[in-house]
Amino acid sequence: MSLHNFLYGVYPYIALSVFLLGSWLRFDREQYSWKSDSSQLLSKANLRLGSNLFHVGILAIFGGHFVGLLTPHSWFRGLGVSDMTHQMIAIWAGSIFGIMCLIGGVILWLRRMFNARVSAASRGSDKFVLTWLLVTLLLGLSTIPVSIGHASHDNPEVMIALAEWVQSIVYLRPNPALLENIDTVFKVHLFFGMTVFLVFPFTRLVHVWSAPFGYVGRPYQVVRSKSVKG
Amino acid sequence: MKVRAQFAFVFNLDKCIGCHTCSVTCKNVWTNRKGVEYAWFNNVESKPGIGYPKQWENQEVWKGGWELKNGKLELKSGSRMNKLLNIFANPDLPEIDDYYEPFTYNYAHLQNARLSEATPTARPMSQVTGETMEKIKWGPNWEDDLAGEFHKRAKDKNMDKIQKEIYSQFEHTFHMYLPRICNHCLNASCVAACPSGSIYKREEDGIVLVDQDKCRGWRMCISSCPYKKVFYNWESGKAEKCIGCYPRVESGMPTVCSESCVGRIRYNGIMLYDADRIEELASIENEQDLYEAQCKIFLDPNNPAVIAAARAEGINDDWIEAARKSPIWKMAMDWKIAFPMHPEFRTLPMVWYVPPLSPVQSQIDQGNLPVGPDGAIPVSGTMRLPVQYLANLLTAGKTAPIESALNRMIAMRSYQRSVHVEGVADTRALEAAGITEAQAKEMYRYLAIANYEDRFVIPTGHTEESLNDAYGFQGQNGFTFGNDTSAGVSKITLFPRRRKETVEPKTLAPNGDRS
Repeated sequence: MSLHNFLYGVYPYIALSVFLLGSWLRFDREQYSWKSDSSQLLSKANLRLGSNLFHVGILAIFGGHFVGLLTPHSWFRGLGVSDMTHQMIAIWAGSIFGIMCLIGGVILWLRRMFNARVSAASRGSDKFVLTWLLVTLLLGLSTIPVSIGHASHDNPEVMIALAEWVQSIVYLRPNPALLENIDTVFKVHLFFGMTVFLVFPFTRLVHVWSAPFGYVGRPYQVVRSKSVKG
Repeated sequence: MKVRAQFAFVFNLDKCIGCHTCSVTCKNVWTNRKGVEYAWFNNVESKPGIGYPKQWENQEVWKGGWELKNGKLELKSGSRMNKLLNIFANPDLPEIDDYYEPFTYNYAHLQNARLSEATPTARPMSQVTGETMEKIKWGPNWEDDLAGEFHKRAKDKNMDKIQKEIYSQFEHTFHMYLPRICNHCLNASCVAACPSGSIYKREEDGIVLVDQDKCRGWRMCISSCPYKKVFYNWESGKAEKCIGCYPRVESGMPTVCSESCVGRIRYNGIMLYDADRIEELASIENEQDLYEAQCKIFLDPNNPAVIAAARAEGINDDWIEAARKSPIWKMAMDWKIAFPMHPEFRTLPMVWYVPPLSPVQSQIDQGNLPVGPDGAIPVSGTMRLPVQYLANLLTAGKTAPIESALNRMIAMRSYQRSVHVEGVADTRALEAAGITEAQAKEMYRYLAIANYEDRFVIPTGHTEESLNDAYGFQGQNGFTFGNDTSAGVSKITLFPRRRKETVEPKTLAPNGDRS
């Protein structure tokens, strides 16, 4: 098997399996370690700005990738979204939220690396995962000029190939051949992105699973009985 | 009526000597761990002062507790939606410097320093970074015994509405100690603010706990507690707070802070209350009525209807009996000499305080204070410690209940003095203060003698009833077939682990027998 076929035919399944099973196992066996692991207590300076920009940016980017890559081509057509419109939305949204995320991410990274207290209280995985996310983000941002180049020639083929490939993975019909002719920067970005899923369960990223939407509908007071009868 | 039992406290400030034994025993038992070096579940503040963390009473800064919005009870820090919008960075979170940077000393240097002219010193060292600290700028009790400048201490929120300047003069200085723990509130705002729902109140005894597995570290409880008694463990990333020493309390023992109090100022007991009236009574519009409102939530354990309702809720007879003998009931409800701290926060706190008489008795004895016709009770407003200050602390500024409590305490002393010194019971002061001779005798027993069995009336936790199979539990705890009682210590693990327990000096001490 060629490296290309391994990276884009097998690696996605390794990453997704570890992501799902790892998260489940950690939640089940190590829930005490399941947390946002905030360092706000140790240093508040710039955290509000950095953290909000970073989180809003990265969540929007994730949502954009999810919708843009997983929606079947025929649905976009059915909704009257042309391929070029799709690509322009991706370029604009990607640029705006990508830059938001980058500014926030750099603020958080500087703090994590160089604030004496935050740095001392960081685990290796905290520093690693933030750096990895930033590199992935920078790779993603550097695909934008390439996409703009394609768009200027009215050529949505790379975008369509990427979406088709992601869907081929999801439908368990992996087709790495779809990626053979795309620009290298996309391929490197894909590898870094898939690796985020791979390391996800072993880092603080697991707190994404616990977004507390249930709080909105909960009564304020919580009372629990010591009783284990049931 | 929904009867619930609450494990409650009274601290008699009249006898607190500020020795910090409570703080030290609590720290040694519960918070001598990495990440909570800075956290004092129990601390003792010198008042007036801005306290720990700085300015904790000023909710314009920290947005703790509740407020009324259009007559409806709402968290001062904002609605549920507002919490979610601010979840990436809590705008009201204190920083560690608002408490203090935890420090230790480089003791190893005393052992391994080279021979030198000058005696080696152990320099302070941050327990967060392990770096040497040039200067310690704040600590857990920085204002001890009125240390520091008056104008800084006078930023104390309780000095509002008081002519401050007069108290800056040495001869008018006043001072009191304020020991503080989690109030285990009936309407806890930390519970309400927790997005994960990990903080809860125990149905059986009302102790407020953080489920350490469910806590996700969103930090809303830290800022929403108006008493700043929920702490963020920066090592574990979890919220931690006073657990009311529940393992002790469940076996009928007082909390560590209460047990170790050398001044015998702490009382532990049970109060029955009506859980159906929490929202109604916490929503009373006028802040100054909140103390009386909270008194209304308590249920008289001698009332047959209350006893029947308590039994219907599954409250055991020994708990009802404990509620009848409760020192908390006597001081808060029978004698009306104990008060909740800052009822205006609307959390219905359950650590109540007997206000201090200040050095008033000697002044009365020396004839320095004008007294009323009973010959004992000073004319209102002549005491050294301004009543308004105590009222700001304990009754949202309403002075009448505080004056009445102080008068009762003075009357009890005057009565006892007449009995023991003059040999004739003089009840004029008692009548003026509105208490009976029997009450005065009992007050004397509880406040002055403060026997162990009077201070601590704690029914056991009835574990046998909360288990499916109490007999099966016997002889098994700690040796189950799963890993539910073990942290699962393994050298190889995929998931992030705890780091070393404590920060160690950069240079380690050499072995003693080598050089």
